[in-house]
Amino acid sequence: MSGYRLPGGGAIDRTRPLGFSFDGRPFQGYAGDTLASALLAEGVGLVARSFKYHRPRGVVTAGSEEPNALVELRTGARREPNTKATTVEIYDGLKAASQNRWPSLGFDVGAVNSLLSPVFVAGFYYKTFMWPAAFWEKVYEPAIRKAAGLGRGAGLPDPDLYEKANAFCDVLVIGGGPAGLAAALAAGRSGARTILADEDFLFGGRLNAERLEIAEKAGADWAAEAVAELASLPHVTLMPRTTVFGVYDGETYAALERVADHLAVPPPHQPRQRLWRIQARQSVLAAGAIERPLVFGGNDRPGVMSAAAVRAYLNRFAVAPGRRAAVFTTGDDGWKTVADLIEAGVEIAAVIDARTGIAHDHEALAAAHDIRLFAGAVVTGTRGGRALHAVQIRDAGGGTRTIACDLLAVAGGWNPNVALSTHLGGKPEWRADIAGFVPGPALPPGMAVAGACAGRMNLGDCLADGFRLGAAATGTTPPEAPETGPDATTATPLWRIAGTRGKCFVDFQHDVTDRDVALAAREGFRSVEHLKRYTTLGMATDQGKTANLNGHALMAALTGRGIAETGTTRFRPPYVPVAIGALAGPHRGPDFKPTRLTAAHGFSAEMGAVFTEAGQWLRPQYYPRPGESDWLESVTREVKAVRGDVGICDVSTLGRIEIQGPDARHLLDLAYCNMFSTLAVGRARYGVMLREDGFVMDDGTTARLGPEHFVMSTTTANAARVMQHLDFLRQVLRPEWDVQCASATEHWAMFAVAGPRSRALLQDLLGDAFDVAGLPHMGAAEFRWGRARVRLFRLSFSGERAYEIAVPARFGQALMRRICDLGATPYGTEALGVMRIEKGHVSGPELNGQTTAADLGLGRMMSKKKDFIGRVLAGRPGLCDPARPALVGLKPVDRGRRLRGGGHFLRPGAAPVIANAEGHVTSAAYSPGLGHWIALGLLAHGPSRHGETMLVHDPLRDGDTLVEICDPVFLDPEGSRLHA
Amino acid sequence: MRRSIFSLALNALTGHRLWRPTWRDAVPKPEYDVIIIGGGGHGLATAHYLANVFGIQRVAVLEKSWIGSGNAGRNTTIIRSNYLLPGNNAFYELSMKLWEGLEQELNYNAMVSQRGIVNLYHSDAQRDAYARRGNSMRLHGVDAELLDRDQVRAMVPFLDFDNARFPVKGGLLQRRAGTARHDAVVWGYAAAASRRGVDIVQNCEVTGFIRNGDAVVGVETTRGSIRAPKIAMAVAGNSSRVAALAGLRLPIESHVLQAFVSEAVKPLIPGVVTFGAGHFYVSQSDKGGLVFGGDIDGYNSYAQRGNLPVVEDVAEGGMALMPMIGRIRLLRSWGGIMDMSMDGSPIIDRSPLPGLYLNAGWCYGGFKAIPGSGFCFAHLIAKGEPHPTAAALRLDRFERGYLLDEKGQGAQPNLH
Amino acid sequence: MRLSCPFCGPRDSAEFTILGDAGVTRPDPDAPDAPAAFFEAVYLRDNPAGPHREYWYHGAGCRQWLVVGRDTVTHEIFDVTLARRP
Repeated sequence: MSGYRLPGGGAIDRTRPLGFSFDGRPFQGYAGDTLASALLAEGVGLVARSFKYHRPRGVVTAGSEEPNALVELRTGARREPNTKATTVEIYDGLKAASQNRWPSLGFDVGAVNSLLSPVFVAGFYYKTFMWPAAFWEKVYEPAIRKAAGLGRGAGLPDPDLYEKANAFCDVLVIGGGPAGLAAALAAGRSGARTILADEDFLFGGRLNAERLEIAEKAGADWAAEAVAELASLPHVTLMPRTTVFGVYDGETYAALERVADHLAVPPPHQPRQRLWRIQARQSVLAAGAIERPLVFGGNDRPGVMSAAAVRAYLNRFAVAPGRRAAVFTTGDDGWKTVADLIEAGVEIAAVIDARTGIAHDHEALAAAHDIRLFAGAVVTGTRGGRALHAVQIRDAGGGTRTIACDLLAVAGGWNPNVALSTHLGGKPEWRADIAGFVPGPALPPGMAVAGACAGRMNLGDCLADGFRLGAAATGTTPPEAPETGPDATTATPLWRIAGTRGKCFVDFQHDVTDRDVALAAREGFRSVEHLKRYTTLGMATDQGKTANLNGHALMAALTGRGIAETGTTRFRPPYVPVAIGALAGPHRGPDFKPTRLTAAHGFSAEMGAVFTEAGQWLRPQYYPRPGESDWLESVTREVKAVRGDVGICDVSTLGRIEIQGPDARHLLDLAYCNMFSTLAVGRARYGVMLREDGFVMDDGTTARLGPEHFVMSTTTANAARVMQHLDFLRQVLRPEWDVQCASATEHWAMFAVAGPRSRALLQDLLGDAFDVAGLPHMGAAEFRWGRARVRLFRLSFSGERAYEIAVPARFGQALMRRICDLGATPYGTEALGVMRIEKGHVSGPELNGQTTAADLGLGRMMSKKKDFIGRVLAGRPGLCDPARPALVGLKPVDRGRRLRGGGHFLRPGAAPVIANAEGHVTSAAYSPGLGHWIALGLLAHGPSRHGETMLVHDPLRDGDTLVEICDPVFLDPEGSRLHA
Repeated sequence: MRRSIFSLALNALTGHRLWRPTWRDAVPKPEYDVIIIGGGGHGLATAHYLANVFGIQRVAVLEKSWIGSGNAGRNTTIIRSNYLLPGNNAFYELSMKLWEGLEQELNYNAMVSQRGIVNLYHSDAQRDAYARRGNSMRLHGVDAELLDRDQVRAMVPFLDFDNARFPVKGGLLQRRAGTARHDAVVWGYAAAASRRGVDIVQNCEVTGFIRNGDAVVGVETTRGSIRAPKIAMAVAGNSSRVAALAGLRLPIESHVLQAFVSEAVKPLIPGVVTFGAGHFYVSQSDKGGLVFGGDIDGYNSYAQRGNLPVVEDVAEGGMALMPMIGRIRLLRSWGGIMDMSMDGSPIIDRSPLPGLYLNAGWCYGGFKAIPGSGFCFAHLIAKGEPHPTAAALRLDRFERGYLLDEKGQGAQPNLH
Repeated sequence: MRLSCPFCGPRDSAEFTILGDAGVTRPDPDAPDAPAAFFEAVYLRDNPAGPHREYWYHGAGCRQWLVVGRDTVTHEIFDVTLARRP
């Protein structure tokens, strides 16, 4: 034997050696190795330090249940903390490092915690660090935080890509061991769409780890043939490296495919991982079982390993995890390890079987190989520092012996892997005969459980189960299960070994010992959930896969209850930890949400626009020109251009809803608080919409284009909500009405053309197609202009003579360019905002869902002649309270002062306390026309207080500013400019 | 035994055999002065303040499962008082002040950690809205600072400042905000209440109310009838179900909110950060796990679990905000059942039925409110008058129109 | 969670938005007790643990309002019908 690698066998490719490093030391493994198997092959036993006591730890398992062998995998921005060495497929150049140790894995200063362990018991921190109070954040907590945690996050943006994908199938088989392969074969042969997913890169499960026989073939060969057959079936999808990690409502399963984790970096354009949402009519859970450790002193020493894992390393990876082994078993299972160690030529120092009656063939095996057998004996302690040197045992007679060995294989029985069966609330059931919890009857809809996961541990049963359930899921007759070789699995539970030396770990990763469980019981934390929360049992990265049952059984014994009564904690998704990046998929950075661009976006960009986010839209905020020093200068120029000449603003983001039908006018009457049924064809009207609770939902203009045809504008922010609301009104409240609605926001490009020259410009533009001068204020028209259908509205948000011109979206960019060519100055949302504040029009900051129509000075719009949504509840005392803050304008007393939104009103001289606050500033802008800042606000009794001086209190920014309260319409209150 | 470094050291020498149950697991008596339904944070805090501040010790706390099994044990542990509306802010600030002295008061380290919360803003309008809120906080005497982009960057440099769909423009910071160890809060209140004679009765589910005319004079439970002249509900998540036993309908819907914790990693995130352009907030526990969450699932639910779309939405928010967490793994997700009230704010009030008191509607903000809620509820029960800081949290505010709608979403619980 | 839309077939719940209790009807605004009736309709909910009929809107599909029968404890969906034709 060279190193610990066995000379032959195993599912590794000895022709493909792969170099890797651990803590900077170079090593070599083979294709087919995991990091754990490759390290064990190289004789590396110490791979990690534990969470609290920094105890030296080695590999315990060969799967995703591993509590100990966590490493930092890769480096730099790709560093992945807490990666289980047992699941990492090695690749050439792999770099891994141990974690949670300083200065090195071999010499870790943190191990001093172990000496303090009498103090650092479960929940010790709840009992101290309280004095002096100020020390917690400054002294105690930083120390605890630094010591806690395991690996280090990369701290840099993840450079890799992630994908999301959907899959649909008739049968999803979870787990590719014997039961899963059988289920997939049965389902796949029937022609059903079948997905077989397994977290491993090699299908076969324990068939690869054991020396089992099926149909007179080696189990691993049978598995390979099954996989080959499945691959040949047209409707079967094989998904290796894919962990089904969650079960959700509606037969939805979440799975993570590790697409490129077995490569140094993902190939170009390939994701690192892919999140699958699998829709499965039926599923077969064949997740197998997990071998549980035994709780004895020093059971965490590197070299103490699950007996089943030992078999996996021997048989699948051709690695002997030790040179001189002892086997500690509570059932027949450990004897499989004995046989496999013999087969591999590993010396066996002793077999310690906790049972007194040892089966004859086991005794014979021991005798034939001259192995010392201790029946009715237990391991009571281990020796060694960072590696196992010997175990202490107590034999049947009570005598103590020390047996030198560097490997202790522990077979404590099997826990069915029930996690996925409980995600929708199912409770596992205790089965005393197998000393384990199995899935209860309340399974997720469509799920059946096969094989070891259902508590049927024997290979023959696993295959029969798989064939039966795979066939049942497809309504076919199950194939006959092939003959299997002997595979006895029995275990007598042994929850705790009395009279042992040293710490007995229950939860390895979190350093929870049997004494911690006892302390929890003593302090009243007796429910399994209290136990978990008090001791952190089962809260480590393995979610207690190996720890929970032992801990719960100890608690059951301490409290005199049965295990069934004690129960178990709920398993929560994900089944194994899943990278947050994978759950997010491609939705990060600029692709976090869709970006909506208006039809004329390209032209605005050409014009140098600075864009701003408006929900998912990007809107031109302002159009800086060379020589302008800041945004304010650009915005001021744009405002002046509109007020003095003509400007154009892209308002395509406003929601537009087509409303048609004989009852369209009734719908509008119901939706808006003011009357619309009286609106003449060819005219538009401003409308305010309330929620049923009486507060303002949205505002906008709606035009009547025909007797039964209206087109509604909504605010950009509320477009979707208003659409949904109108659909509710017509479909749910008034299904008898004949009216249809359709969102047309994206179908039209719309521009405000505003300013004294707007009419002339539009006439130039449209020529003979339309007589612009003939369109009255609040007029609306639809006509053809060349190839385009045009809608023209005479509406004004700016207070100037203004039009909104809409064309089908495909003409939008050309139209805006043309209008600018005719001399209009493009203006953005900032200038739009300045001009609406100058005119006292409300917008987002005032329409904040907390204001009534009356608050906004729009109370008189609420019709008394008709029903409308919100009418009744708008009459509640709280909504009619005269003290409610209402819309006012404000000017700084010192005209040089800037105003900002968000300050609160106080009377000058009043103490700055909330009782004296009388409202707040909603929107502010610099008015180029007035030459100073102006603002809108909501002030208690506001409309009756014009002329008063108030203080705007803004301690977060500018401090206090005296303002003069005024009418919210700063400019042209008579509206004469509308007709200029 | 009093908890201190000395008792801990003494116990270390004696194998920790001297510790006694943190609270007495009581058997219910037939009668009390006050029955509190619900052994979560709010119920136990109410019991503590009744017994230790208001002098009412004949109190039972009835818990249908194990104490802290509801939302007290399934939240994201954030404490803060950064509210906008006067009816809320003063109340949450009272709660914050109680947090600040809680551990010494209870003799239990609840790991109250004031490492700050920063709410990020991504637009000018959002900045002004946050300024309005921050100024309101200052008017309440609460600390608040408005940070610009550079100040945020100095504090949390790992955010996506350069490549974001919704660029971070600044944040509203409350330095006194932070986190606490949720379970320890429950246990600490239980211990302090139990010491003063409060009976904490676990595995005791209320199945009905005993009535005398309109008045509620007792409860039927799975462990027998128990009578008291004052019965106080603190069962958020299940308020409607318990109220229905008394024939009451509440302005509340039950919704599921998922929460998430990552594997433990060495310290990365200093305080609490909330994303302003998506549903995501995060802090890092003392153990090292990133504790994070987002929006409620949106549908009525009494199942303590949610669905995949929200899991993905939260992860997307997280990656959009801080792409350094891409390779950190989600360890566990779970769901809590929220009493989503119709205006997004809670209720501490008498019910329409004499003798029945109501503490409900905490939405997803109940954890931070535990001390204040317990104190004000105890005040209401003991004195028959609302505590001044909770005077706005009335049940009749919905009918009268004096709503406390922080977000302006109206009577739609799943939008708050 | 998946809803079987009468128009679109089974679709992921992410395509829908839920409004809430479909047992709520809009009261007569002209009735003398309208304020109380509207208060109850807008604010008070049975909020049952168990079967619940609720309004969902297929915003990312056919834009129809649906009435969904769903269990709030198990999330099982019993039936989905068009709200306009109950």
